[in-house]
Amino acid sequence: MDLALLSALNAERAARRAAILVTRTADGAQRLVREVDVAGDPLGDLLRERLRTGKSGIAETAEGEVFLTVQVPPVRILVTGAVHISQALAPMAALLGHDVVIVDPRTAFATPERFPGVALYAEWPEEALPRLGVDRYTAFVALTHDPKIDDPALRHALASECFYVGALGSRKTHAKRVERLLEAGFTPEQVGRIRAPIGLNIGAISPAEIALSILGEITAALRLDPATGAKKGSA
Amino acid sequence: MLSTDDDILNRAEAWKREGKGVAIATVVETWGSAPRPVGSHLVIDDEGNFLGSVSGGCVEGAVVTEAIDVIGSGAPRMLEFGVADETAWRVGLSCGGRIRVFVEKVA
Repeated sequence: MDLALLSALNAERAARRAAILVTRTADGAQRLVREVDVAGDPLGDLLRERLRTGKSGIAETAEGEVFLTVQVPPVRILVTGAVHISQALAPMAALLGHDVVIVDPRTAFATPERFPGVALYAEWPEEALPRLGVDRYTAFVALTHDPKIDDPALRHALASECFYVGALGSRKTHAKRVERLLEAGFTPEQVGRIRAPIGLNIGAISPAEIALSILGEITAALRLDPATGAKKGSA
Repeated sequence: MLSTDDDILNRAEAWKREGKGVAIATVVETWGSAPRPVGSHLVIDDEGNFLGSVSGGCVEGAVVTEAIDVIGSGAPRMLEFGVADETAWRVGLSCGGRIRVFVEKVA
């Protein structure tokens, strides 16, 4: 691989843009196709399908046998609430290879001392979220318990393509949240996307256990086919 | 420190920019219960340092040896590893799967 090609591949990932490296297996000839250039590529249809599934693999084409290294952006977990659960969730998510971004306008919570090395924004979600961009590789997690902070973020997340939306709160708290979102004009289907109570049911009690249950649920949303419950891409 | 897929290709670029010889090994095909999915990377420098994985540790040693050859010759190679048997017991996959690994030099 050319150093320039490797460098371009790394730059696309850093910018959270999808790209596919096409390698002819017979002689190792390569090219990088960025997401915006897929339509104009001779293998456009095949590449578009691969971007959709996110799966790398061998394919037989008019160019001969090629290997497609499909690179989609790393999963990003966007959290409202610089709270105790988030302090556990941030390092655990980093270990899973996910980016973490925390938004909380309460400056007493959103301090670098409490969140060393974490991308932290002491801003209101209605300002921060549109700028950060909630894309289809993003999981949104609402953890403040405070409707002033969580609700505007949820409204933004539900209108986006993000692959996971979860919100902390008891069934009673969530029922009220659902009412508010329906009044705000969201459909029952849209509101039904919210995982609440948040996280897999593992009997979590401590903040770290709750973080684990949330990350388990996010992993399942990422890896399992919702229709079959089987691993995505398995026969 | 555990390396993610992200770090691996960034490290390959950094090693190359430091003037090291570097190869990238990629799992391109799997059959049966292979331990690492298609697209997984192992990056190797000319001193045999490596990062990432193409199996659960079963064949990395053999891939590193081949990669050092690839860094020397510049020609890419396709490697295939199958189930551990008497003739290839040192570099077999005990899980019973088979994998194909593409090894290329960063030039």
